[in-house]
Amino acid sequence: MQEKDIYSELSSIRNLMERSTKFISLSGLSGIMAGVYALIGAYAGYKIVYGNSTNLDYRDHYIDRPDILISLLAIALAVLIFSVLTGIWLTIRQARKKGENFWNPVSKRLLTNLAIPLVTGGLFILVLVIRGEYGIIASSCLVFYGLALISGGQYTFSDVKWLGCCEIILGLLAALFPGYGIVFWVIGFGLLHLLYGTIMHFKYNQ
Amino acid sequence: MKSPLENFDKAFENRLRLQIMSVLVANERYDFNSLKELLSATDGNLASHLKALEKEEYITVYKSFLGRKPNTQYAASLLGREAFKKHLQALENLIKQQLQ
Repeated sequence: MQEKDIYSELSSIRNLMERSTKFISLSGLSGIMAGVYALIGAYAGYKIVYGNSTNLDYRDHYIDRPDILISLLAIALAVLIFSVLTGIWLTIRQARKKGENFWNPVSKRLLTNLAIPLVTGGLFILVLVIRGEYGIIASSCLVFYGLALISGGQYTFSDVKWLGCCEIILGLLAALFPGYGIVFWVIGFGLLHLLYGTIMHFKYNQ
Repeated sequence: MKSPLENFDKAFENRLRLQIMSVLVANERYDFNSLKELLSATDGNLASHLKALEKEEYITVYKSFLGRKPNTQYAASLLGREAFKKHLQALENLIKQQLQ
């Protein structure tokens, strides 16, 4: 056996072990788009809560009025749905470009591991809304999202795990400063996604 | 001097078999169709090499049905994992020897 053969054998083994355990068709662009949607959503939410207040001395902001609450929930849901749909679409496109099937054992594992903390978080936040505990909703969104990323991150690029860590830290900080939920929301879902998406795009999409 | 080739596993002489084993060692289980796609192998070729590995008792086969479709899953056995490790070790030794 030639040395060259051994090297190619070893690299093929390594490549297969990696490809069979990690889903690498994630697109950085979907991170960027999720960030953009989140920023638009946050801006719309800000407008609704704080109103088009003229520069008077006081601002009127309520989130306990049912109509405002419902429109905020609708915005959050819209951001989530748009982000997920864009993510799925771009991932399928990326997988096709690489000539890979996007529906394989690894992507299934990735989805399940993302979904468990995410659905738990979603239900938990629903409970918070029903019980009127608005103060830690933003924090819970970030924490559960971070946990989902870390659990799903095992089955894709390790950068996803780092994004998850940052989201959890931000979420905990948001819990410490309950009045500033929207600030942490903007940083966590908007800016971090933009940053992550840009890094991923240049690191893997070239 | 002992030839490093002595430790080479005959069962892994075929490249596809070694590739199958790599996937199964890295994963708990893998099903036939996904394996076929990942390795871009043909049905017959993949099946015959899986059979060979099964005969060596390097892999365990789990047969079940998803609705009406048969779904066959494969997993590396303890024996298979050991053999794979040894084979990799042998490859490594061979490289080391050539570097000297």
